[in-house]
Amino acid sequence: MIALLLRDLRLAVRAGGGFGLGLAFFLIVVVLVPFGVGPETELLSRIAPGILWVASLLAALLSLDRIFALDYEDGSLALLATSPLPLEGVALMKALAHWITTGLPLTIAAPALGFLLSLAPEAYVFLLLSLLIGTPALSMIGTFGAALTVGLRRGGLLLSLLVLPLYVPTLIFGAEAVRRGADALDPTGALLLLGGITAGTFALLPFATAAVLRINLR
Amino acid sequence: MSLWEYANPKRFMGWTRPVLPWTFALAGLCLAVGLIWGFFFTPDDFRQGSTVKIIYLHVPAALMAINAWIMMLVASLIWVVRRHHVSALAARAAAPVGVVMTLIALFTGGIWGQPMWGTYWAWDPRLTSFLILFLFYLGYIALWEAIEDPDTAADLTSVLCMVGSIFAILSRYAVLFWNQGLHQGASLSLDAEENVADVFWFPLLVCIAGFVLLFIALVLMRTRTEIRVRRMRALEARMRRA
Repeated sequence: MIALLLRDLRLAVRAGGGFGLGLAFFLIVVVLVPFGVGPETELLSRIAPGILWVASLLAALLSLDRIFALDYEDGSLALLATSPLPLEGVALMKALAHWITTGLPLTIAAPALGFLLSLAPEAYVFLLLSLLIGTPALSMIGTFGAALTVGLRRGGLLLSLLVLPLYVPTLIFGAEAVRRGADALDPTGALLLLGGITAGTFALLPFATAAVLRINLR
Repeated sequence: MSLWEYANPKRFMGWTRPVLPWTFALAGLCLAVGLIWGFFFTPDDFRQGSTVKIIYLHVPAALMAINAWIMMLVASLIWVVRRHHVSALAARAAAPVGVVMTLIALFTGGIWGQPMWGTYWAWDPRLTSFLILFLFYLGYIALWEAIEDPDTAADLTSVLCMVGSIFAILSRYAVLFWNQGLHQGASLSLDAEENVADVFWFPLLVCIAGFVLLFIALVLMRTRTEIRVRRMRALEARMRRA
């Protein structure tokens, strides 16, 4: 499992594209918002938590179709399925690799972009925390979506249609935690629920993902 | 003789043929009686005036929008466990009906909301969860359309339906996090003290029965069509091979 994780990480870094692209996309979305809504600091700082969460969600979405597509095309996914490693473990490792290459950089970059949107100073801790807790769930849900659409030729658009509604609870709790942090309210409830979603997705979705992969490899 | 034998496609076509027109007739009768009774023979609400009569379309449609998804979930489970093809086709047939019910509920809700709350749309928990339900329906139908092999499509959409159900429930309660919102709470539960008054309640029941029957009739009809399409494909494949 560790070997698979390392292989995926190495592929993501060396093959180029995926690793930096998500971050660049995140930056561009966040930069575009002030052009759209105008540069008033007050307005920006009020919508900053939501913007940062929606932007990181879209950036995570961008690299989802690469999770299984390349392995499916060159046949290594079929090899993985016949290997002694359970397919559930493969799904888990794929999600983890996706998180390390997308979710983690996004989390680290988010505070820097918070400055651009003049996020309230009290909210930075909660922005970091909520993204750290919430983005693994985004990766796991996305891995499930990627497994659903792996056999399709033009799965990209369908993938976003399937995955985005599934992101709704994560987004609500994540953005709510940051907003409460910015308003100096107690955000622990939202953070705990966010943690619950992440734990739940990691406990259950590997099985659904593996089942879907088996159907697609049939 | 077990219940499952009715799920055999041939048998299913056999018993639905006589049942279908009756279901449609009964649905039409219930809807006609319920709507005419509700629209013309009930008093106006003392605060809402005659706008209260939207309830006869709004509540049954909203109810069926959720029940259609639950029916799809049950049909998907039956497909996954027992692999009855009719079950998978029924789930597929129910989805567009569910979408239309969701749309009716959203639109009538908007028309009702404008005079009552002063707005067509608010990001209220109930309204929002219906919008999310609508998105789930769209994704489900899109996945059915995208996959060519029927068995693979049935399998994948079943898994999506199950996972989607969990997330739909999660979203339903996640949006409660904001606030209670404008929409009133449950007013038709059996154990509640404050329900809709009896004058509105009885025609509403008839309307709900009409919507349930209409849903059953539409799903049966669409399932029959799906079975016929499947048979035609099989015939075509056989002819090409011959």
